[in-house]
Amino acid sequence: MKRSILMAAMLALAPALALAGDPRRDAILSDYAAEARRVDPAFAAFSAQRGETLFRSRWSGGDPRTPSCTACHTADPRQPGQNAKTGRPIDPVAVSANPRRFTDKATVEKHFMRDCKSVLGRECTPVEKGDYIAFMAGY
Amino acid sequence: MRALLAAGLLALTATAAAADDGRVRPVTDPAVLKECGACHMAFQSVFLPARSWSRLLDGLADHFGEDATLPADTVEVIRTYLTANAGDTGGRGEARKFMRWVAPGGTPLRITENPAFLREHRFPESVWKDPKVVTKSNCLACHRRADQGVYE
Ligand code: HEC
Repeated sequence: MKRSILMAAMLALAPALALAGDPRRDAILSDYAAEARRVDPAFAAFSAQRGETLFRSRWSGGDPRTPSCTACHTADPRQPGQNAKTGRPIDPVAVSANPRRFTDKATVEKHFMRDCKSVLGRECTPVEKGDYIAFMAGY
Repeated sequence: MRALLAAGLLALTATAAAADDGRVRPVTDPAVLKECGACHMAFQSVFLPARSWSRLLDGLADHFGEDATLPADTVEVIRTYLTANAGDTGGRGEARKFMRWVAPGGTPLRITENPAFLREHRFPESVWKDPKVVTKSNCLACHRRADQGVYE
């Protein structure tokens, strides 16, 4: 029993480790994985593909100026974006273009809070947050 | 060589002139630069009186329609800087033009509604609608050194 729990935990961690790059990003991902498991014990792993869907989907319920993450971060996250509300340029959000992304928990949490409210009209779930980072880390 | 030196001197003179009239003291506080600057240029604190900054910081949960909530300790760091360097506390030069229009005890929240701003920005709607501009508060779209306090 103990061993199977350990196995499950290791399996859940595996995708985070597979993305290995910055240990701070990995720590943020394992925090979100732990939160996800608290909500749903059957949670297995983050999915870059689901993250991409979150990123590209047109949502309703948020600010009409920002129906999608791409409204500010552009369709190609390796490119610089522009804030659709303030006009301010935004550095690329893909980790390949900007290795400092998703390495500071407070900054990451602050932007998930603001940006998910702006686009989805609600906070993002721990699974959505992990999926999004998984997508950006591999893109 | 001499030509280069002359060009250099000319460039220097131009900067000095800007410092005399158009220059506004740039923001130096790292928390202000990071937090305010994440979404828009960190506007120079002299453009509003201290009480306006305080009111803005008290209302971050609805910051012109945005939830710009920050941790309480960060808010206090930002408040200390902005109120100590505000138009009515640390302002000199350019700031006076803005403070002249602020009623005693008045708490304006938008720099772009100050007549000192409006007077210099009488443009057709098409200019404001330009995709590079987006909003009147996007100083950097036209003033490329606005974040350094240079509005030319
Ligand atoms: C209104 C414009 C806007 C929209 C829409 C937007 N973002 Fe952002 N986002 C920003 C800005 C501005 C930053 C910070 C820019 C910087 O640090 O250079 C940012 C940064 C982030 C960060 C922090 C990255 C880091 O540096 O670690 C995350 C996470 C994030 N966004 C997630 C999202 C998600 C998820 C969506 C869609 C649901 C989204 N954003 C949509 C403007 C936006």
